[in-house]
Amino acid sequence: MPAATSDPEFMTITVQVKRYDPDTETHRWDEWQVQALPTWRILDALHEIKWEQDGTLTFRRSCAHGVCGSDAMRINGRNRLACKSLVKDLNPAKPITVEPIQGLPVIKDLVVDMDPFLQAYRDVKPFLIAHGNEPTKERLQSQKDRDRFDDTTKCILCAACTTSCPVFWTDGQYFGPAAIVNAHRFIFDSRDDAAEERLEILNEREGVWRCRTTFNCTEACPRGIQITQAIAEVKRALITRRV
Amino acid sequence: MATTTSGAGAGSRAGKRSGKKGTLYRGREGMWSWVAHRITGVLIFFFLFAHVLDASLLRVSQSDYNSVIDTYKNPITNFLEYGLTAAIVFHAFNGLRIIAVDFWAKGARNQKKLLWWVVGVWVVLMAGMFYPILAHSLHRIFGY
Ligand code: HEM
Ligand code: SF4
Ligand code: FES
Repeated sequence: MPAATSDPEFMTITVQVKRYDPDTETHRWDEWQVQALPTWRILDALHEIKWEQDGTLTFRRSCAHGVCGSDAMRINGRNRLACKSLVKDLNPAKPITVEPIQGLPVIKDLVVDMDPFLQAYRDVKPFLIAHGNEPTKERLQSQKDRDRFDDTTKCILCAACTTSCPVFWTDGQYFGPAAIVNAHRFIFDSRDDAAEERLEILNEREGVWRCRTTFNCTEACPRGIQITQAIAEVKRALITRRV
Repeated sequence: MATTTSGAGAGSRAGKRSGKKGTLYRGREGMWSWVAHRITGVLIFFFLFAHVLDASLLRVSQSDYNSVIDTYKNPITNFLEYGLTAAIVFHAFNGLRIIAVDFWAKGARNQKKLLWWVVGVWVVLMAGMFYPILAHSLHRIFGY
């Protein structure tokens, strides 16, 4: 890459990160100036800080291309993937703020403990449950039946939705949008036989009825899943007892 | 990334610090309408609480009831009444919107459009009720 000064496209952006130091158990905001291109992602700016300015800055990322779901963060006040947020879309004239996603215990800086989130996911049995004999051929499904749950197959378990939910912030026991999305994926799958079981789980106190339809999850999902709609479909299935 | 960083001595600066707390979540229409729905809901609840108390006076003593109601007859309470009406109208119509989101198959997809309908109906109704509700106070303040 060319040196910053030789490319007129480079500009100075300010990145403010809300950090957490587990040794002293204290939060603080740090601020860095970064020479960045408008087409850089926030993840590039974080790399720049970590590799060139402060190696102690800690965050998760893996694929860097919106596939693995490792780098959900609250950027300029909204949950997004750092690897899918461009500098030019975020008003680079102002400091860009980066915080850990809210509602899960912070381990260090931008890294949170995903265990409670993944436990809620496990609790809805996110795998095919089929009774009866194993088919000798593939389990056939019509296009229409497949389309029924297409939207909710796209989840990458980034937790952007669950940690954007005001209900989850105040009640960490709430299953949260991501678990409901992944339950939906199987509840409405014609090959699956355990819809009833999953619906019962989501009928509990901390299930779908906690949802207050704030649409924060739908706005935050980097996969564009219509989450609030999926939750409403589960609510309706619980009332009508039909999937 | 081999790009040069701003300023000399990269790594030597611990970054500028500030004691700022976390940011407020920048939710959109859905979140703010929920906040407004909860605030108006709680407001209506407290009004209802007071209302049950003053109305129950009617069964105790008519004259006491009248004297309590008389204390409401001032412009400040009148404006509060208008505010209460505003809260109820918003809560009622947004409540219908939430019901649509929950029960109408296309509700979730159209939630923003529904919210603008709620706000539109609210503005029209509140404009229409402005004079009927506040006439007394307007007469008293402006004396016409
Ligand atoms: C005018 C008719 C009314 C309608 C159509 C209506 C509708 C609704 C609906 C659909 C909800 C659920 C909101 C959600 O799921 O997030 C709700 C919540 C609520 N309502 Fe009403 N409501 C009405 C009158 C009232 C009255 C008279 C009160 C006060 C006594 C009230 C207080 C509340 C409160 C405190 C909430 C909880 C808000 C929350 O959980 O965020 N509502 N209303
Ligand atoms: S539903 Fe969307 S926001 Fe939620 S975990 Fe899955 S991909 Fe992330
Ligand atoms: S790093 Fe994999 S989704 Fe962003």
